[in-house]
Amino acid sequence: MYVVIAGGGKVGANVTRSLLEMGHEVTLIEQRPDRFARLEGEFGPVVIRGDATEISVLERAGIARPPELLLAVTGDDEDNLVISQIGKEGYGVGKAIARVNDPRNQEHFDLLGITQTICATTSVLGLVEHEVPEHGMVRLLELQREGLEVVEVQIESGSPAAGSRAGGLSLPGGSRLISVFRHGRTELVEPGTVMRPGDQVLAVVTHDSAPELRRVLLGAPK
Amino acid sequence: MAKGLAADGWDVTAVDESEDALGRLGPDWRGGFVVGHGLDMTMLERAGVSDADAAVVSTDGDNTNLVIGQVLQKRYGIGTVVVRVLDPARARFYAERGLKTVCPTQTAISVLRDAVNATQLEPSEA
Repeated sequence: MYVVIAGGGKVGANVTRSLLEMGHEVTLIEQRPDRFARLEGEFGPVVIRGDATEISVLERAGIARPPELLLAVTGDDEDNLVISQIGKEGYGVGKAIARVNDPRNQEHFDLLGITQTICATTSVLGLVEHEVPEHGMVRLLELQREGLEVVEVQIESGSPAAGSRAGGLSLPGGSRLISVFRHGRTELVEPGTVMRPGDQVLAVVTHDSAPELRRVLLGAPK
Repeated sequence: MAKGLAADGWDVTAVDESEDALGRLGPDWRGGFVVGHGLDMTMLERAGVSDADAAVVSTDGDNTNLVIGQVLQKRYGIGTVVVRVLDPARARFYAERGLKTVCPTQTAISVLRDAVNATQLEPSEA
């Protein structure tokens, strides 16, 4: 696979190293002279120097081939957005993944059609949420484009769903219970599955229905 | 730009990251002024983008301008959005995709080129 990586900071440099070890062909673009010198020392001709938001630099990196994957991982969100747009819209790059440094900019990436993004802050917050669940429901995975999230809910003894059959719960539209984890085993949820205290229930739900699903399973937030 | 448009009769609100910019508008400035980053939606809405008829995006960063311009066009449906882009290649790329870009570099190149081409050449001594 051919991969173009824009931005040779910690993320770009480490991804380059890993992809090269996996046997992929990589071109890494870095603008800052000090960083470029260090990266060139390690990776040799894989690294080119320049502003990756300049079309001529991207062309020098082989954007017109086009690469199977373009990673825009500079420390500047606007740069990452522009790099991804040029790659996808100008050169037909099939897959572009952009780094979002400030999570408040996520909506701009979504609006401008750069749907595959990675945001360290959001990921860390997700982990924190998993450790300290707010309102008993943990978001395990967010599927932006589909508008869905995969959530985990722990049934407590006082939960309204405790003792009910799955088929008897009035779940909101756009939600479905997938599985129950109990006594170290996972069972797929059938209409006859009874919810018990201690059960960890995996569900898929639309963004809008998530609060209602929480209410049906666990009751109103305290 | 802000002063010129205000003189033309537009109701203008200027947006800048620094309050110092207000000083540049002079003591007679009667338009609006909001401090903040051009990608901060709360700030933009405070500046009135929701019912703006036109927007000029001319920060000193090409890519910042390109992103703000597209957001103003796509999210707020502002009819006329003009974006300053110094790099001619990027200006052309986004112009081809429906964004009104203005490239001062390209303008300067044209003017300078015309000036050089207007030179009366001495007959060469062959």
